Amino acid sequence: MPTLHTEERPIHSSEDVVLVRQAVRARAVQLGFSLVDQTKLVTAASELARNTLEHGGGGTMRLELVEEGARRGVRLLFADQGPGIADLQQAMKDGFTSGGGLGLGLGGAKRLSNEFDIVSRPGEGTRVTIARWR
Amino acid sequence: MATQAQAQTLVEILREDERSLLHEWLEAQLESTTMRSTLLTRSELQDQSRRFLDALKAALDHGGLDSASPAYEGVRQLLEEMSTARGRQGYTPSETATFVFSLKQPLFARLRERFKADAGELAATTWGATLLLDRLGLFTTEVHQKGREQLIIRQQEEMMELSTPVITLWDGILALPLIGTLDSARTQVVMESLLQKIVETEAPIAIIDITGVPTVDTLTAQHLLKTVAAARLMGADCIISGIRPQIAQTIVHLGVELNDVVTKASLADAFAIALRRSGLSVQRMKDSSASSIRRVRPQDQEAEG
Amino acid sequence: MERIPILKMGRHLLVTIQVDMHDRLAMSLQDDLTDRIVSARAKAVLIDISALEIVDSFIGRMIANIAAMSRVLDAQTVVVGMRPAVAITLVELGLPLKGVRTALNVEHGMALLKAQLDNSDDRDADASH
Repeated sequence: MPTLHTEERPIHSSEDVVLVRQAVRARAVQLGFSLVDQTKLVTAASELARNTLEHGGGGTMRLELVEEGARRGVRLLFADQGPGIADLQQAMKDGFTSGGGLGLGLGGAKRLSNEFDIVSRPGEGTRVTIARWR
Repeated sequence: MATQAQAQTLVEILREDERSLLHEWLEAQLESTTMRSTLLTRSELQDQSRRFLDALKAALDHGGLDSASPAYEGVRQLLEEMSTARGRQGYTPSETATFVFSLKQPLFARLRERFKADAGELAATTWGATLLLDRLGLFTTEVHQKGREQLIIRQQEEMMELSTPVITLWDGILALPLIGTLDSARTQVVMESLLQKIVETEAPIAIIDITGVPTVDTLTAQHLLKTVAAARLMGADCIISGIRPQIAQTIVHLGVELNDVVTKASLADAFAIALRRSGLSVQRMKDSSASSIRRVRPQDQEAEG
Repeated sequence: MERIPILKMGRHLLVTIQVDMHDRLAMSLQDDLTDRIVSARAKAVLIDISALEIVDSFIGRMIANIAAMSRVLDAQTVVVGMRPAVAITLVELGLPLKGVRTALNVEHGMALLKAQLDNSDDRDADASH
């Protein structure tokens, strides 16, 4: 499916996380997402960016504007070279009450997105992809 | 002959006999039974046709017969504008594609004339030209389709907005009477417009009445509960009313947890609770059979039933 | 470094969050508030988030922490002005926000606190479903 635009953002500080939010918001507005859909996408991006920073030791986000037939969407790929995740199923379970931890970021981001994919192995870093369609 | 040379031949033909070619092409367009002369005037058609020929000449010059090359950007843009406009005017995809396809007739007539003595060359160039025009014609169809899809999506959105009115029953008390089946998309629109109204009117109580909803499935029930949860996060409370016996059964059967969501059988009961919570009561006036809604003094306020 | 201002109104504290906070700012707000609750002997904290377009799990946890710490210090917390899009997203995210009362705006929040003082009402704003 055709990619209309690509950009990459570094995630190495908490200021970068703010910049990631702003970049994702700008593209979502550009595509004409409803306010609720914008908020869901930016919030999911915030969760994943934070994960990348805190558990992945820093990384990058790649943002793509994609088109499929009549619909357009935003795809985000968060990648880090961190420790990776040993038990993906466990990580996807919500861990809000445990006050932090990968769980809430991943499960939440999945619920807020139309598409979600994760590739991660111990010692091989983590790659999380989400997408939301207009 | 290489395709570049074929392209050159076409450019030459388009150049040398432009006026009569344009005329024949126009006639072919108007003649084909699918064209509707009522939607576009002859001079508008002529203008569009001339612009297309100009763009096509430039494209052939720089991009040969490859319609996907950047040299054809101008042609594609022109066709895109035209298709979108015609789609909106009500032309069918075939009618729009005829614009391109009907150019074949006058063009091939001139190719036959030029390559009278060379059957092989005639066949090759005709083939190249027909492939090019076919691709351009199909391109208009794709654009046409996309335009219709977008229109349908927009209309669906508008329809959903129209069918979810939020009503102010009293200061600080809203009501949302839902009617008809609730699918996922519609419920979301409903949810958003209720929450938006809560912010706008600063109403801390909203009654969601589902008397007019024949069935409730798990997804709808979940959406309703999410609406209630979201309203609570914003600082407003929701009361769900109009739960008919069948729906009550379905809810229990589905195992949907209502927890502390207040539910009432009728909108009237829900309104009564809402009034009480707002510190209001309805009182009968002394010398008439009418009543009025008055603010209750704190010491008169009953405990909530 | 910039800090988020905390307003004192009698025995109540009012915090209006208007910027997209990065983590350090959020942490310093938590610290500042705790200090201020003690020094002002505050009975309640109102957090106005009507300007926030995004509340993610980090901010959510910050709010829950503030509420928990306030309670230990015998003060109530009321979060006011949450935007619809934010509320919908938080519900989808599944963020519980336990022990946090909510109100539509500062005025409603104050009324809620007053009513509480009068009636010892104890409605919880638990949003988990």
